[in-house]
Amino acid sequence: MRALMAAMMMLLPTLAWAQGSGSPTLDAVKSRGQLVCGIAGNIPGFSLPDSQGVMRGLDADGCRAVAAVALGDASKVRFSPLTTTNRFTALQSGEVDILIRDTTWTLGREAGLGLLFAGVNYYDGTGFMVKKSAGVTSAKDLDGATICVQPGTSTELAIADYFRNNKMSFKPVEIQDLQEIRGAFTAGRCDAYSTDGSQLAGYKFSLGSQAGDYIILPEIISKEPLGPVVRKGDDKWFDLVRWTGFAQLAAEELGITSKTIDNDLKSTNPEVRRLLGVEGDLGTQLGVAKDFAVPLIKQVGNYGEVWDRDITPMGVSRGLNNLWTKGGLQYAPPLR
Amino acid sequence: MIAWVRANLFPGWISGVVTILLGATILYIGWGFVSWAIVNAHWTVPLTPQGPDTGLCRDTHAVAACWAVMPEKFRFILFGRYPYDQQWRPAFAILLFVALYILSGLRRFWRRGLIGIWIAALLAIGLLMWGGLPGLPFVAQDECGGLPITLILSTFGIAGAFPRAVLVALGRRATALPAVRLLCVVYVELIRGVPLVALLFMASVMFPLFLPDGVSIDKLLRAQVAIILFAAAYLAEVIRGGLQALPPGQFEAADALGLSYWRKTRLIVLPQALRLVIPPLVNTFTGLFKDTSLVLIIGILDLLTAGKVAIADPLWQPFGEEIYLVLGAIYFAFCYAMTRYSRGLERADPQRGGR
Amino acid sequence: MERDHGRWHLVLRTARTRAIVWQTLILASLALIAWYLAHTTVHNLAERHIATGFGFLSQTAPIPIGESLIDYAPSVSTYARALLVGFLNTLKVSLIGIALATILGVIVGIAQLSPNWLAAKLSAAYVEIVRDTPPLLQLLLWYGLLQALPAARQAWHPLPFTALSNRGLMLPVPHDGTAALHVFLAFLLGAVALTLYAKTRGGRLTIPAIACLIGLPALVWLAQGAPIAWDVPVLRGFNFQGGITVTPEFAALLVGLVIYTAAYIAEIVRSGIQAVPKGQTEAAAALGLRRGAVLRLVVLPQALRVIIPPLTSEYLNLAKNSSLAVAIGYQDLVSVADTTLNQTGQSIETIAIVMAVFLAISLSISLAMNIYNARMQLVTR
Repeated sequence: MRALMAAMMMLLPTLAWAQGSGSPTLDAVKSRGQLVCGIAGNIPGFSLPDSQGVMRGLDADGCRAVAAVALGDASKVRFSPLTTTNRFTALQSGEVDILIRDTTWTLGREAGLGLLFAGVNYYDGTGFMVKKSAGVTSAKDLDGATICVQPGTSTELAIADYFRNNKMSFKPVEIQDLQEIRGAFTAGRCDAYSTDGSQLAGYKFSLGSQAGDYIILPEIISKEPLGPVVRKGDDKWFDLVRWTGFAQLAAEELGITSKTIDNDLKSTNPEVRRLLGVEGDLGTQLGVAKDFAVPLIKQVGNYGEVWDRDITPMGVSRGLNNLWTKGGLQYAPPLR
Repeated sequence: MIAWVRANLFPGWISGVVTILLGATILYIGWGFVSWAIVNAHWTVPLTPQGPDTGLCRDTHAVAACWAVMPEKFRFILFGRYPYDQQWRPAFAILLFVALYILSGLRRFWRRGLIGIWIAALLAIGLLMWGGLPGLPFVAQDECGGLPITLILSTFGIAGAFPRAVLVALGRRATALPAVRLLCVVYVELIRGVPLVALLFMASVMFPLFLPDGVSIDKLLRAQVAIILFAAAYLAEVIRGGLQALPPGQFEAADALGLSYWRKTRLIVLPQALRLVIPPLVNTFTGLFKDTSLVLIIGILDLLTAGKVAIADPLWQPFGEEIYLVLGAIYFAFCYAMTRYSRGLERADPQRGGR
Repeated sequence: MERDHGRWHLVLRTARTRAIVWQTLILASLALIAWYLAHTTVHNLAERHIATGFGFLSQTAPIPIGESLIDYAPSVSTYARALLVGFLNTLKVSLIGIALATILGVIVGIAQLSPNWLAAKLSAAYVEIVRDTPPLLQLLLWYGLLQALPAARQAWHPLPFTALSNRGLMLPVPHDGTAALHVFLAFLLGAVALTLYAKTRGGRLTIPAIACLIGLPALVWLAQGAPIAWDVPVLRGFNFQGGITVTPEFAALLVGLVIYTAAYIAEIVRSGIQAVPKGQTEAAAALGLRRGAVLRLVVLPQALRVIIPPLTSEYLNLAKNSSLAVAIGYQDLVSVADTTLNQTGQSIETIAIVMAVFLAISLSISLAMNIYNARMQLVTR
């Protein structure tokens, strides 16, 4: 058995060399014919199965975008639900090729855990949700409150810092299971529930008729840039994932949508021609086909389309996530 | 009748008071529970174009159970995310498991052939669940869930643990090989001293680090390995008890016949020793069956986890108690059957002085 | 003299040589596997840029912890201190759980053998139901029930200066903690002295003895400056400030563990009592002892010998089951270790610490019970 494994180990690098893309992860994805993507599977707006069992959300569409670029087909994704406590080990061990799971980009995670953040798909921040009956209008009123938060998240670190900074104290209730912690909040065990503002919006939206009993406090107490995560040591895969995101932003900047793409292929704008692979060789540099952006935009859409599909129904406006030309932070470096 | 009441419920002064107190408490709690669960309960909810309307159920939840959650969610609780149209396969697998347990319990099947039956049944269940044959499309690990996962983890667990447990038990009694004995003792004491939760964490987080690049084993398989390691330690102790209970005359007679160690063990010692320890063996299996619920903590979708995820749906979120009661009933059905069986075995065993 | 080269052949075939050969082979292959695993692990850790070593223990821990017996402040205390807090929480729930479960288990075990039909059937049903459902499920059920308590603002007040709500049970506590501790210790000392005194004097409570029991703590209290201030829980803002809190997480875990373990202890007690030969009970009854006295003086002391070994493993099980706390948010050792593992990525070191601690707990409980068991053994010639 071990001899077999040793033989396999010796063959794998030769296989990779033979394929020559230079990225072990990309080669594995291509030979498997499928992208294994780590998501949450229970966060409305980011990754939640609909009634037919199809995974919907910003993170799910991010997975589909990478699959469209790497394999040419956005449907070739296998979603692997992960919790906050096993998400990083699943990525580190190779169980998933990429992790798009509402994960905040921090120094500790990049430098200490051997991971790389390939861009930001959502600029978020930590917020608080309280019951309207509590009569609280600002986070500064929360001195001495009990706060529900999931352990192992950057949220628990953020609120510890915030309360320390403002010389207030709080009592934490830390339960790992998302449903359990939300249940504790609605049952009244905690005065406030704290997580990323986007998750709070999605949760409030999913409460349906009961949404009116809860308010989200105006303060955003930390920066939480959320983005896709890959392993260190595979630079080509990192490039591919990062530039997939940038390609979607560039498409929105240039006004290319899934509906107009057929016309845009005939465009005379050099930037459009380069992005869509009519000119230049951007795709080959990334290790994929020249027209990698075409299945990407056609099957998944540009960043604005994805946002409108997944986030707008929750009632969240673009805000910081708008294009830099419209006052937001989303900015794609030049694709040339 | 009155005499019975007098003798059994009011034999003495204090006893009489105890009866009255207990009786009153039972009636109070019992009536409260019955009125919540049956009398006032809602069995259906109105269906609107936007989906089921659970408003009335929610508002009256303190006094009325909402059993409408069951028909809505029972398929998810039992089968997890298994593709809807293929759910006959896990259902059939559950029936195969039950048949296997019942078959193993019948005395007339306690022959060598039973091992063959187990292997065949487990292979059949594996094929059924994962497919890959024409006519049985492949279903990935992540989509299996619910009751079949609980049954798989516990049954494959005990099956995988059994040969290892026998080896460890024998090793622990091998006075001629002190190094082996030390290893077995260390293994058993180490595993029995730590909680299963810690072993599951070790499996889900540390196992991947032990494997070379490019080789990764599935989450379910990792949990299965941890459960096998755990079960083998406890089972080894049970088997060791059986080996110790065997009269030394048996060993001596086998040696006198000139049998080698392995032939002695295989033909004389093990059949008798294992027969002695069947009741504690069944108890260990019952414990393992309940312990599989701990995989909730590492995110595997077994019966308990499926129940919890089912009430994640915001429409049905307040009805945790109903789901927990149904899950408890399912676990109880399996475990009670097994404990009744083992107790029946103990009583009927002529060697223990039973009737 | 014959050449002895044939002797080597015989030496090789003795059982002892075979044993040595087998053991060397087994040890060698295990060592090879261990080396291979270690090599792969080190390689993987280096490749994934994951830190190794126990240095992370002296880093500051940014994780908030809900309840702790010692001082702890997030981002100021170290990870080592956080793990210590978790360990103390585990000890707290285990020790209290063992005590309560034993009491409940003995009561239920004896009740199962009671001539009162209702008591017997009820305890049998309790044992059966609790033993045949998973402990995790029971724990979640208890936690759900405790959340049905009223909110802090509508809290119940069962006794003056206490409050019961879904935030927990608030109890008043003496303001001067060390003074109260001294008074309590003096009371314990007095009780122990009284018991020893009563044993030597034939068990009669005389006035000087009672004076000792009350007077000693009173003296200590006066010596501390007669503090009478109490920390009373008062609802201020969101929560009760002051006093001590028994959190719903701790209560749910304790209740769940006690009820689950008591069912197993009841079975052990029952079979222990039934193992005492019937002749003993009959002889005691013939001597005119009432049922309670028979139980206390004749049956239980003999039953204890059969009960103690399995009781040890039940205590161990309770300590290990306390790790289920991670599912309901009580921050015991496993829970804190899990969070630490996540924030630092050092899974091997953290899990090694957890396993070492649990092994130490197991060994201590086993040792304590073995000493007690040895003392209770029948002295045979």
